[in-house]
Amino acid sequence: MTATLDEKSTDSSLSGKRPGDAIFRGTTLAASLLVIVFLAGVAIFLAVKGAPALDAGPENLRDKANVFALVGALLFGTVLAAAIAMIIVAPLSIGLGLVISHYAPRRLAKPVGFLVDLLAAVPSVVFGLWGIFVLAPRMQPVHEFLVDWFGWIPLFAGPASGTARTLLTASIVLALMALPIVTAIMREVFSQTPRAHQEAALALGATRWEMIRMTVLPYGRSGMVAALLLGLGRALGETMAVAMVLSTTGVITSWNIVSSQNSNTVAAFIAQGYKEASPIRVAVLIFAGLALFALTFLVNFLGRAIATRGTVKG
Amino acid sequence: MAKSIDVSDVNIYYGDFLAVEGVNMTIRAKSVTAFIGPSGCGKSTVLRSLNRMHEVIPGARVEGKIVVDGQDLYAPEVDPVAVRRQVGMVFQRPNPFPTMSIYENVISGLRLNSKRMNKSTADGVVEKSLRGANLWNEVKDRLNKPGAGLSGGQQQRLCIARAIAVQPDVLLMDEPCSALDPISTSAIEDLIHELKSDYTIVIVTHNMQQAARVSDETGFFNLKATGEPGRLVEFNPTKKMFSNPDESATEAYISGRFG
Repeated sequence: MTATLDEKSTDSSLSGKRPGDAIFRGTTLAASLLVIVFLAGVAIFLAVKGAPALDAGPENLRDKANVFALVGALLFGTVLAAAIAMIIVAPLSIGLGLVISHYAPRRLAKPVGFLVDLLAAVPSVVFGLWGIFVLAPRMQPVHEFLVDWFGWIPLFAGPASGTARTLLTASIVLALMALPIVTAIMREVFSQTPRAHQEAALALGATRWEMIRMTVLPYGRSGMVAALLLGLGRALGETMAVAMVLSTTGVITSWNIVSSQNSNTVAAFIAQGYKEASPIRVAVLIFAGLALFALTFLVNFLGRAIATRGTVKG
Repeated sequence: MAKSIDVSDVNIYYGDFLAVEGVNMTIRAKSVTAFIGPSGCGKSTVLRSLNRMHEVIPGARVEGKIVVDGQDLYAPEVDPVAVRRQVGMVFQRPNPFPTMSIYENVISGLRLNSKRMNKSTADGVVEKSLRGANLWNEVKDRLNKPGAGLSGGQQQRLCIARAIAVQPDVLLMDEPCSALDPISTSAIEDLIHELKSDYTIVIVTHNMQQAARVSDETGFFNLKATGEPGRLVEFNPTKKMFSNPDESATEAYISGRFG
């Protein structure tokens, strides 16, 4: 109560007296309002233009009964691909983050961190091409192996795709694309562990790994979850790489990530579909976009919420 | 299990910078040795070199010999991790692990290297260490509460309990009371008196009354001149240091006529 009162009184006294403060306050306020207006504009546009899709018939919905079945199947594929990408990214980024923040000598840590950051500068089209021409051929034997040995897991039920342009390969490409941002956050989280706690562990006779397990990892737990959720947000919306790598035939819901019958993702579905679109099909695509918008918004929101909660606790 | 420490001709570097030069002293077992001196004179650096904690800072290194129980701590085959298990440390700011309970904090040193122990042994160690740190009666009903919920003085005693739980030969204290109020300080000083019967204690302090109260022997560190490395000016029994020191610089510092 008192805090808000104080804030108000200082605010009014400042904006009243000093023109510099008033101008600064005005511009920052305008900038932040603009972001909200844009966001709301996007949401409204998607909702209005996507609304006709509710009445679309099966002939415009890839033979699905209604638009929710179509979008539901796509969302399933989106989440599946992004989740698998995060499972791949988690150990990689935690390991890389620890190497950069705690293991590598400073002279080596900087260039390694820089190289990982550079990954973020590679255009997604390049990732897509790499996925098709470099990764997929090499992944084909891996697909065979997974189906032969782990076929009892629904994910690897098979039959193995001959081209390996599957959801699994797409997920690996997605993982590489999300790696820089996730690693950057992990690195930051790990390096914020208070020195006092790390020294306490070392003075007890902890090895470096024990010190990390006692202090760095518990201290950074919520930060790590937040990093993965923000990476997930990025992987959910990724379009080109998935659209290029994945060979799709119709929209299906399938846990199988190694066969040629794949689930598709929302973003890839839109990218593949917009050329041949009649007005009603455009509405369907936009409706799918709205669903993706809501999903990524939710995931990012969750990530931010956990990140802030973590810093307060620490 | 308390051990004496022989320090001979020790130079300590941070990279190319010579921080402390030519330190020679013998720290007796089962006694309290205090390091006093102005800020930046290298007394904390010397303290941290006694359990190789200064190596945490990149580029730091030691020349000379520091021998505990016949073993040179800086011999090439010696693992710093083993040294730190033998020579425990308490820091300036209380630093219990924030994610652990009081119980887990005390036991944390013993859990290292995945040592297995049964519940009753662990309970025994926790009680003994907390009693040893004069904290048992205050926390026995809330052992599973986080250690960060205690007061500053209690946290510092928790850190002492954590350090003595691994039964080290030597206990190093780097200004353990500088962040505490007078009552907590007095509790820690009483504790130091009691711990003396089992451990060799080395304490760095800015408070000369504290050095006079708790220590048996005192080392006075100072810089030769600004920009020069720190050195050990005088090392003598505390009584002598505070009544009739050998060096005029020591007397000037202790009586407040420094500069």
